[in-house]
Amino acid sequence: MRPRDWEPGQMLRPYGDRRDDGVVQLSFVLPVPPGERAREAAAEVARKMGMEQVHVAAMEPAAERYTFFVVYGRTSVSVDYAALSVPEVVVRKKGFDELNEYALREVGRRIVVIGACTGSDAHAVGIDAIMNMKGFAGDYGLERYACFEAANLGAQVENAELARICKEREADAVLVSQVVTQRDVHKENARQLLGELERLGIRGRVTAILGGPRIDHRLAVELGYDAGFGPGTKPSEVANFIVGAVLKRMGKEMH
Amino acid sequence: MLLTDGRHVPDLPLDRAAVDRCRALADQVTAQVLGFVGRHSTVSIERTVLRLYGLHDAGPRGVPLVNLAVDALHEKRLLGRGAAYWMGYALRRGATDPMGVVERLVALPANPEPLPEAEERAMLEEMRREARANVDELRARVRRRNALKDELGVGPRPHKYLIVATGNIHDDVEQALAAAQAGADVIAVIRSTAQSLLDYVPHGATTEGYGGTYATQENFRIMREALDDESRRLKRYVHLTNYSSGLCMPEIAFAAAWERLDMLLNDAMYGILFRDINMKRTLCDQHFSRRICALADVIINTGEDNYITTADADEAAHTVIASQFVNESFAHRAGLPDRLIGLGHSFEIDPGREDTVAREFAQALLVRTLFPEAPIKYMPPTKHKQGDIFFSHAYDVMADVVGYVTGQGIQLLGMMTEAMHNPFLMDRYVALKSADYVYRAWRSMGAEITFRPDGVVQRRAQETLREALALLEEVARDGLFQAIGKARFGDVAREEDGGKGLAGVLERGPRYFNPFLELMEAR
Repeated sequence: MRPRDWEPGQMLRPYGDRRDDGVVQLSFVLPVPPGERAREAAAEVARKMGMEQVHVAAMEPAAERYTFFVVYGRTSVSVDYAALSVPEVVVRKKGFDELNEYALREVGRRIVVIGACTGSDAHAVGIDAIMNMKGFAGDYGLERYACFEAANLGAQVENAELARICKEREADAVLVSQVVTQRDVHKENARQLLGELERLGIRGRVTAILGGPRIDHRLAVELGYDAGFGPGTKPSEVANFIVGAVLKRMGKEMH
Repeated sequence: MLLTDGRHVPDLPLDRAAVDRCRALADQVTAQVLGFVGRHSTVSIERTVLRLYGLHDAGPRGVPLVNLAVDALHEKRLLGRGAAYWMGYALRRGATDPMGVVERLVALPANPEPLPEAEERAMLEEMRREARANVDELRARVRRRNALKDELGVGPRPHKYLIVATGNIHDDVEQALAAAQAGADVIAVIRSTAQSLLDYVPHGATTEGYGGTYATQENFRIMREALDDESRRLKRYVHLTNYSSGLCMPEIAFAAAWERLDMLLNDAMYGILFRDINMKRTLCDQHFSRRICALADVIINTGEDNYITTADADEAAHTVIASQFVNESFAHRAGLPDRLIGLGHSFEIDPGREDTVAREFAQALLVRTLFPEAPIKYMPPTKHKQGDIFFSHAYDVMADVVGYVTGQGIQLLGMMTEAMHNPFLMDRYVALKSADYVYRAWRSMGAEITFRPDGVVQRRAQETLREALALLEEVARDGLFQAIGKARFGDVAREEDGGKGLAGVLERGPRYFNPFLELMEAR
């Protein structure tokens, strides 16, 4: 257990210049031309958000009937840090060689991982960063690990097709990347894959992982996934999580 | 170096013999492909021919008439004669309107009775005359566009290019006008996700698109008319661009040409590599779509920037250059002059490394120097963008500086919220404001800067050119199909007979008839 980096009962407030001053900055556009009434409207928006000592730092015409604002203010709210409930992906982290050796020994075979960008989503940057040999930010991708049999199916893979491949290849884990989030298309798409896995009767055998710039663990779990990884995630974090999940299904704990 | 538009960029000495050799090799590569293209057609090319004849509408359930007609011909293996021939045939047999043509084509037997020789000759002449009239009308529309551009004038280069992507064409118009008022020179309407894989062009105005707005002829018309009005009000011509890519490359090129768009994303290899479209299909389609762009004075933008979002930007820099030579040669073979060949590249080297600006300067200047007349399109960083919008903004400004000093033609402005969501109004505003600052502040620096002989920038550019030459030697030896099979571009491998859309490729018969191609090739 890591030593806690906060005090029990600690109340948190944003920190600008001095502890607990509550200073926050905001920027937004109002669909009116600039002027004193517009400035007051911007300030009022901030006040209604609970900000005090509001200061409209910039008011600029962003187009003929639109004004861009930068607003500063102080919020009086505070947060009980210890009382928050935060589902977190708990990953015990091993290095590249250590994880390979450990997983091959404990699982006794290579772990099959399938990755794809599903549905209509054509943005393969995220899945590529996690899956491809080269990886991301100097951290090797899953294809590079001896303990994984990793296949990246790329972009615009249909959910039914992905589920079928998972069954055919007896996948242990499926990684789904969702980048396009307009009108929550990513949520529906993500749920659909789980439905397909259920339909084939393999949901229980496959660890389902969701990733993307607007994904976090909480959302992924809400959608029915085993884990969610947001922006900046390194392949090694996903690798460690998958090994832990596979061991857990085997009734073992990752040490 | 002095550019023809009067801008100065720093000099970059290059090995002339190596540059000439790159061009000669690229010509060899495309010559092999053009042989194939000349013997084949595709369903999308034939649909475009029918659209050029005025079959714009959709039938029951929204299926475009051209799809109904061409699918019927293809199924009966009649398409090798050319859709134009069969349209003429249907007219001779009594069709009087587009729906009548379609009905007759659908009802054709597998072995239609041939027309009497004299009648056939007269029919072909009639179809040629009609084609000439329609091309003249298209050219007249393009002249109207160019006249407005000449009358109002355009903004300073690089042209500031901004994206709208709401999914509703009417909201797109509102955002595009706001962007134009804030200084945008080019508006791109992002297409709905996965449109590239549709083997038809949706019909009508879009109000519910995902990830963007469908490229349809009606959407093009709505946006161009709104921008015409706004251009007149602002007394500055605002360009419009869209995407001629995917399975309907040439049809979208036609719709764009007809509705007076100024530019089109159009890459010879992008669909193959990044959308897994069959290479034979795309290579045929790109040629015909570029013929239309040449006819309608539309600037094409190629997609080499995409290579370095998959492969490492620094390691794959030479693949961008090699591909640009190939794209240039394909464009020349389709009749496009240099002033319409907007080769693409981008500012994508991992910002966590050292000396990235020197290496970006080297790359941007190399592209500029190799293709001095081309309206080069420079893309901002995307791959290494994350949620810190403040850093992201600074990072975009760095790309603006490199683009401005190296005299690029079109500068796609980076969005500080790139990694998060479609651009907001305020994202565009701050991007335009800082780009204007860069253009003012760096005004004379292109002419002032001299890079040290044998310094980091010059050596890096020369090294990239050498590597591009080596790659082109290999591609010319193996052929383009094989080179793509070996993942030489963008780290993506594709098979000759894999991917989507191969079923839509067909051999031209000995009496293939395409009067538009005849006119375009004679230009």
